[in-house]
Amino acid sequence: MPIRPLVSYSIERVEVLREDGTVDEELMPSLSADEIQRLYEHMVLTRRFDERMFKLQRQGRLGTFARVTGQEGAQIGAVFALRPDDWLVPAFRENGALLWRGITMTQLLQYWSGDERGGAFPRALRTLPISIPVGTHLLHAVGIGWAMKEAGEDSAVLTFFGEGATSTGDFSEALNMAGVFQVPVVFFCQNNQYAISVPFTRQTAAPTVAQKALGYGIFGVQVDGNDVFAVYRATREALERARSGKEPTLIEAHTYRVTDHTTSDDARRYRSDEEVAAWLKRDPIERLAHYMRAQGFLDEAREAEIAAEADRKVAEAVEAFESIPPPEPEEIFRHVFAQKTRPLEEQEAALLARWERRR
Amino acid sequence: MARLNMVEAIDQCLLQEMQRDERVIVLGEDVGRDGGVFRVTEGLFERFGPQRVIDTPLAESGIVGMAIGMAIAGFRPVAEIQFSGFAYPAYDQLVCHAARMRNRSRGEFTVPLVVRTPYGGGIRALEHHSESMEAVFVHVPGLKVVVPADPYEAKGLLASAVRDPDPVIFFEPARVYRAIRTEVPEEPYTIPLGKARMVREGRDVTLIAWGAQVRIIREAAERLAAEGVAEAEVVDLRTLSPFDHETVIDSVKKTGRAVVVHEAPRTGGFGAEVSAQIMERAVLHLEAPVVRVTGFDTVPPLAKLEDYYQPDVEAVVEAVRESLRF
Repeated sequence: MPIRPLVSYSIERVEVLREDGTVDEELMPSLSADEIQRLYEHMVLTRRFDERMFKLQRQGRLGTFARVTGQEGAQIGAVFALRPDDWLVPAFRENGALLWRGITMTQLLQYWSGDERGGAFPRALRTLPISIPVGTHLLHAVGIGWAMKEAGEDSAVLTFFGEGATSTGDFSEALNMAGVFQVPVVFFCQNNQYAISVPFTRQTAAPTVAQKALGYGIFGVQVDGNDVFAVYRATREALERARSGKEPTLIEAHTYRVTDHTTSDDARRYRSDEEVAAWLKRDPIERLAHYMRAQGFLDEAREAEIAAEADRKVAEAVEAFESIPPPEPEEIFRHVFAQKTRPLEEQEAALLARWERRR
Repeated sequence: MARLNMVEAIDQCLLQEMQRDERVIVLGEDVGRDGGVFRVTEGLFERFGPQRVIDTPLAESGIVGMAIGMAIAGFRPVAEIQFSGFAYPAYDQLVCHAARMRNRSRGEFTVPLVVRTPYGGGIRALEHHSESMEAVFVHVPGLKVVVPADPYEAKGLLASAVRDPDPVIFFEPARVYRAIRTEVPEEPYTIPLGKARMVREGRDVTLIAWGAQVRIIREAAERLAAEGVAEAEVVDLRTLSPFDHETVIDSVKKTGRAVVVHEAPRTGGFGAEVSAQIMERAVLHLEAPVVRVTGFDTVPPLAKLEDYYQPDVEAVVEAVRESLRF
């Protein structure tokens, strides 16, 4: 009985846009100058919004939130490949992706300020609300994918999560079920190297997230997450595979969380400034700008214009957000069930009476 | 004597328990190098190293499941679940295994495990960071459930939990973590599990709470006394499972009135158990129905509406007036 290799696999990494702003022409996805412009504008808007939100949080006008700065390449590159009839199942670090899907900045500000009305993402946008428990929402993506397939729609589902989520049981269950049922789902892992303080090397002994796909018989690929063209290319391919063959894909976008985990964290406690500085040099927006300048799509004046336009939109949203009246206490009881139950009616009445007496 | 906050008191307890017994180990997400997201395990990693203060991958079921195995094999793991709102993946491990291993093996294998986890509102946090779901753990036979009210209590109760031969869920009120300081003796001490604490003596009404609400009923008692309304007796349950009915019943027999306060949802909350025990054991002593001041049967609202949800001093004072008027 000989011992022979039964099966062997390899995992590919896709890179298109180099740090010097040149691209691999063969791998460059077909994108018009206008599309590239829109990609860039949205990445800048995402960054400016993130920076403004951080200031608002430090002023006490917003609560805790997770920043996206440094991950715009991964996040925007991925959603740029979606069609409006596709679904997005986000985790909690996806403000940029949510904006792209049509959720307004005002609404996101409202949500992150602790006003639940901000969570009402219109159903027509096919974008689920922010999901804070780690990894659990991947199964919802599988269920939606199953439903799209069952309904005969050719829409696909994209779900975001971090590398921390790949340690959870639900991650395994989701990839397994996606493989078994052959559902049109793209599992998009933003591997930003840290789950709060725990580095990727302490999260798993596997050298990549992408290879985890192999254990479930689905396709897996790694991309340079700070390379928006590579991300777009890989996601578009995965979505096509999903639509045509209803096959799931795991994409690992190799990126970096240049900020703290959330506004409640202090990353200096567990990683060096040098490490962060090295990644800052690989900034996804700057890399794209490099390319656009060389192509003649961008010059200093246009860059300033785009930044100013983003700031104007952000300022407008902040103003609109600040004029929203505070929620009424009735809001607490409004959406527990389709129909308010008797105990809830009683509890609501008691609360309102209590506060009436205090006026 | 040093005046510590609850974070410091728990940290000190863990340090001393780890010094006392080398089988005691700490594991969880960010408990090591980062010292815990609330800094409760600050300094332990530096002191005891990565073999005894273990940063785990992000997997609550994994943390508790692995800790069960460690406990079976002779260690005394103190696992941290970063927020109790994320404990549910581990619920299966707790309910199906931690709580039953002793029974299943007829005492051959046991799980001396502590699961520490912050709970409760009042910290203006994100969704899943403000829940107070102690009742769903109390309902599991084979789990002990402890909820300290202040730093002194936390140190003594946690020491008992670590030394206990059975699994203990240790709910730490996140709102109290840094809000108050009490005198905490440097030397190790224990407070027995299953024994409630008489916080304040009174004669007109018994106020009962645990965790973050103990401060509230205490303040309510002071206000009632200052206004000449009532002299309230204040009982801190400390341990919900096992429940010390004796302290509660003795008090109610004296006062004839009881108000139970919790921030957990009303239906099926532990207040219902307290009320039922009073009915069973002291109904003839009651001058008025037991009154509950609780959270609602809703998702705890986010920051903007949080104050409407949380029981406060005024609500407790009102409840006492209601009881007195009956």
